[in-house]
Amino acid sequence: MSSKKLSDEQNEFQEYARNWLSKNMPPPPPVRLPISPIEVSAVEQLGYLQEWQLSCYRAGLIGCDYPTEYGGAGRTDCQRLANQELGRAGAPYFINIVGLSMAAPTILAHGTEEQKRKFIPGALSGEEIWCQGFSEPGAGSDMANQQTFAEKRGDEWIVNGHKVWTSLGHFAKWMILIARTSRHHKYDGLSYFLCPIEGHKGVTVRPLIKMTGESGFNEVLFEDAAIPDSNRLDEEGKGWTVAMTTLTHERGAAEGAGGGGGGGSTHPLEQLIDLARKSRRDGVCAADDPMTRDAIVQQAIVSEGLRQGNRRARVPALTDHPMRIPMQQKLVSSELVQNIARIGVDIAGAQSTLYKLDEKAPNGGHWPLAYMNSFGHTIAAGSNEIQRNILGERVLGLAKSK
Amino acid sequence: MLRDLARSFLDEHLPIDRLRTLVASDPEEVYERGEPTQWDEGLWKQIVELGWTGLAVSEADGGVGFSLAGIAGLVEEVGRHALPSPLVATLNASFALRTSETKEASVWLGRIADGASASLAISDASGSWELADCGVSAREQGDQLVLDGSACFVQDAFKADVLLTSARLGERLVLCVVSKDASGVTLERDQIHDLTRDQASVQFQDVRVSAQDVISRDGLAALRAAWPAILVVVSADLCGTNEWQLQTTVEYAKNRKQFDHQLGFFQAVKHPLVNAMVSIDRARSLLYNAACCVDIGADSAESAARMAKSAASDAGAFISDRSVQLHGGIGFTWECDVHLFFKRSMHNQALYGDGVHQRRKLAVDLIGPIAS
Repeated sequence: MSSKKLSDEQNEFQEYARNWLSKNMPPPPPVRLPISPIEVSAVEQLGYLQEWQLSCYRAGLIGCDYPTEYGGAGRTDCQRLANQELGRAGAPYFINIVGLSMAAPTILAHGTEEQKRKFIPGALSGEEIWCQGFSEPGAGSDMANQQTFAEKRGDEWIVNGHKVWTSLGHFAKWMILIARTSRHHKYDGLSYFLCPIEGHKGVTVRPLIKMTGESGFNEVLFEDAAIPDSNRLDEEGKGWTVAMTTLTHERGAAEGAGGGGGGGSTHPLEQLIDLARKSRRDGVCAADDPMTRDAIVQQAIVSEGLRQGNRRARVPALTDHPMRIPMQQKLVSSELVQNIARIGVDIAGAQSTLYKLDEKAPNGGHWPLAYMNSFGHTIAAGSNEIQRNILGERVLGLAKSK
Repeated sequence: MLRDLARSFLDEHLPIDRLRTLVASDPEEVYERGEPTQWDEGLWKQIVELGWTGLAVSEADGGVGFSLAGIAGLVEEVGRHALPSPLVATLNASFALRTSETKEASVWLGRIADGASASLAISDASGSWELADCGVSAREQGDQLVLDGSACFVQDAFKADVLLTSARLGERLVLCVVSKDASGVTLERDQIHDLTRDQASVQFQDVRVSAQDVISRDGLAALRAAWPAILVVVSADLCGTNEWQLQTTVEYAKNRKQFDHQLGFFQAVKHPLVNAMVSIDRARSLLYNAACCVDIGADSAESAARMAKSAASDAGAFISDRSVQLHGGIGFTWECDVHLFFKRSMHNQALYGDGVHQRRKLAVDLIGPIAS
């Protein structure tokens, strides 16, 4: 189905974005960038990426569709065009992924006028890095089982608890935090806060080491940390509903649908094909091996299917349920990333046993690390098993699994 | 939308009970005695009156000139109802006639718009979908051609009025229209699993084709140009079948109780149904894209269509497998409707190249040819 015709504004904006990007692409990074923003750990990487995000924000390629009073460009349906152009230009990703794709849209939907004016501009520009405090050691995919407790004292909330898997927590100024404010209700006992993190009293951020040996995410401990009541998002007890807004954006964020996200600098399929051309398996070029060829093309089809699914999702008449395709995106895109990396490991064969610091490791040891890191995508934001439950229950109408 | 009209029309005229009465009354008749399954010729007359045979025929040739995107939506409904008819075969033949771009082709397109049906007879005995692998040879005799050999795996040959046949003439392929009752033409009925269609091996012995029935002197180019549309049509039929299998199995998982729970409560049931939905949606998204690529004449039409056929075939194999398994014991019986769609899907998966075949072709573009 051909997509809807672009409006004059969109046409003009698309041309502007393309033009701007052709003149303003950043120099190569000072150190190699990881696969995605959530693995960024060095300050050199952070600085480079923040500068790029700020420059795109000033050029109006971020927050295109946000109202101008909240730091946006006040356009209509232009962000996806900006994202397309960023992707086409092979631009680096935006570092503030939680701020852009989760915090900003949630604040826009649920925030007070003051909160919107205060928080959205810094999230869009990337000057204020955000992290997400949803996961807990005892509440992984069962998100309603939150134990972190916020107690009201005067016009402050005193928070005690333990959050984990906090990507970018080590750089974050703010956290979108879900905490229990009543022990008597499960879902209705949760509230949602915009919590100061960096240098805040009672907040400790500790890096967690991933199976790859790298850091990249954290645990965050709260010991009598105070949050002013003015930083509560929406009503007390409405945290679950607000969190659903965040998750809707998070799960759709893989394709930059949440208002930013930008284009990746890497095209994993092309890298994979390049690896196959350069590798030998059992004495022949891996790119000539029929099984390898079939495996690669299968992923190319999934990748194109994802792209066409995004286009199709914009035409309501082409599906029987409005969330049928959007809710599949996290599941499909995370498994695509995983499968591509796994095929890379298989092609590299014995060489994929080599760690990134071994000079003989192909692509700087990228493939096995990418494969291991990919579990961050298939587990995070509700494991893919949970995604399948949600799809089965909400879209197909099957009985709820408990 | 054309799709909605097609759905309500087929819902009314071909409910599942009616389909079952037509095609699945007695397995012994069909499989042991090799008797043809029934089809509703009255319904076919109505379909012709609705103008569906002329959908792919341009207005200049007397048809409707509908977009392939629109046709794909209609054919999805055809698949969803497992309609026994020569419609899919006729649409595919019309695409090959269209890409022939000759005045002889125009004449035949006009007849199809008026209700004639046709089927492609282009595969050899090995079932190759390499268009150059042709089991029929042609020689010139005056301004006529004389055909010898055989064309196999001809879809709904017994329902279609005429065959559009490829034949080797020296170094080239020609395309010609042959009437089934022409002298020297013999149709042998294949005994097939799919109860909703027929298939034939066609023998040609000294078959004379007059000049006005020689459609193209560059048949290979015409077939190649038509191939993306042909793959789209069969993929659309698959997508419709897939969706019927998914919805029917989901309904069963909602109604059937085991161990005090609806079947769908169990993740071992829920997750594969979601996996099926994901693969079905992938195929449909790729299908609509491929149809649009053909409509706008994009260079990527062939690869888009191969992606759609690969995805639709694989989704078909998966949901077919699960639809029987998740229905449990009943799903394995003749009494249950799922086998009708299982067999139509299995047939479509192989037709014009399965997933592996399409990916082998795609790999050449994506990765490059195999060196050795």
